[in-house]
Amino acid sequence: MVERDIVVIGSGPAGLCAAIEAAEAGAKVLIVDENAKPGGQLFKQIHKFFGSREHRAGVRGIDIGTLLLKQAEELNIEVWLNTEACGIFDQDKVWVVRDKHTSVTIHAKRIILATGANENAVNFPGWTLPGVMGAGAAQTMINIHRVLPGQKILMIGSGNVGVIVSYQLLQAGAQVKAVVEAAPQLGGYGVHTAKVRRAGVPFYTGHTVLEAKGTDHIESAVVVKLDAAWKPIAGTEFELDVDTICIAAGLTPAVELAFGAGCRSVNSPVLGGLVPWHDETMRTSLSSIYIAGDVSGVEEASTAMEEGRMAGLSAAQSLGYLQEKRYRTRFEAINHNLLALRSGMFGQKRRDAKKAIVAASKG
Amino acid sequence: MQRILDHPILGPLPEEEKVVIMVDGEPVEARKGEMIAAALIAAGKPYFRKTVKRHEPRSIFCGIGRCTDCVMTVNGIPNVRTCVTAVEDGMVIETQLGSGDWGGKR
Ligand SMILES: Cc1cc2nc3c(=O)[nH]c(=O)nc-3n(C[C@H](O)[C@H](O)[C@H](O)COP(=O)(O)OP(=O)(O)OC[C@H]3O[C@@H](n4cnc5c(N)ncnc54)[C@H](O)[C@@H]3O)c2cc1C
Ligand code: FES
Repeated sequence: MVERDIVVIGSGPAGLCAAIEAAEAGAKVLIVDENAKPGGQLFKQIHKFFGSREHRAGVRGIDIGTLLLKQAEELNIEVWLNTEACGIFDQDKVWVVRDKHTSVTIHAKRIILATGANENAVNFPGWTLPGVMGAGAAQTMINIHRVLPGQKILMIGSGNVGVIVSYQLLQAGAQVKAVVEAAPQLGGYGVHTAKVRRAGVPFYTGHTVLEAKGTDHIESAVVVKLDAAWKPIAGTEFELDVDTICIAAGLTPAVELAFGAGCRSVNSPVLGGLVPWHDETMRTSLSSIYIAGDVSGVEEASTAMEEGRMAGLSAAQSLGYLQEKRYRTRFEAINHNLLALRSGMFGQKRRDAKKAIVAASKG
Repeated sequence: MQRILDHPILGPLPEEEKVVIMVDGEPVEARKGEMIAAALIAAGKPYFRKTVKRHEPRSIFCGIGRCTDCVMTVNGIPNVRTCVTAVEDGMVIETQLGSGDWGGKR
């Protein structure tokens, strides 16, 4: 059996920051990720970040990713790529499969779960046709693989992911025929929405996709207006000539490992549904397991990074790697950043939701 | 559909060695190290497999290895997730029908 102080599962912004913070404190850290490359969703985020001014807003996700990888390398953090974590047992053993065939059990004094989130689907007749995909899938295709999944796109959902990916599809050379949003108002940050609007893309609020048509691949989409009770209004249907529909209907925390391990859950609709209960140090109901990033409630890359730092710091502290004073100073600094990121019109809701999780009983 | 040769932020597509994969018996050029799904979409392949019962076409859905919509038979092994499996020179890729054929091995 392999032994490590701390095993971090997931190398997205949350996992990388957790590993960096813990390694800086002196802990021996191993990161595992099922992908061939580290970085999670960061390297898809070619736009400048939103978030608070003091907080790397204005820097592109890809550049932050490069910086974090450099820091991790300088700290000699061990990274196992192509390594899937399949389960956690006895609260301190992680079972992983390397390169799809070698099974390894890692004995970890502390485990930090930073597994991210999965995209939600929307069902309508034809939603399984080739050409209908998650907005994240399209983003991965264009920004990582440099391949356009289609030329004529319909985006479902006007939240941040919907408008950001729409804009990135335009940058990649596709036509975005429309953004449909079932709610009566748009959901994304104004800056991102405005960029897509300025490019001439029509937004249809109070509309949804009734059907995707095609035989071997989508050939068109039927859009319909919704009434106040979100029921399609007969006679308002119109057809759009599209070869791709992207679905940006939110994310759900990737909680399988946490719940499989026995972490207690809390329901947080604002943050994507069931999440592992955690306190403000990011410790779950199992004292050896910490979480950070989207798995602890879907927010943004900037919050994922701070939560990662918090989890790394607390895990290292619990192993005796930090003097109380140093720990306090870092804790306060990270907490301050998190509060700043969770302010403003959009942030306040997330701040309240986080508070409610911490306040819920540990069970 | 098409490769993004020039990009306002990512710049020109970097040069990459070419490999040749066999897709349903036809040679297709791919970039070394890229995912099979990326190569096939770039080549305009409309669908990757057909479902077991209703023979409905499927292609990628999540693009990150989570949903298994993109599985194909690769070098004789069925149910390989093409969005997270890299191409190799000479790789034999087949549109998968139903749950695939293990070639009598099972
Ligand atoms: C399409 C899309 C666009 C987005 N755009 C933005 C944006 O513009 N700005 C923003 O702030 N946020 C954006 N987000 C939110 C984004 O999820 C967060 O910003 C951030 O990436 C979350 O970080 P994370 O570290 O929690 O998760 P991720 O970045 O998702 O990293 C999780 C990692 O864990 C790995 N992993 C998961 N399970 C396992 C396992 N069992 N074994 C091994 N490895 C595993 C995954 O492969 C992945 O590499 C976007 C999300 C999506 C899907
Ligand atoms: S597209 Fe979902 S696993 Fe490949």
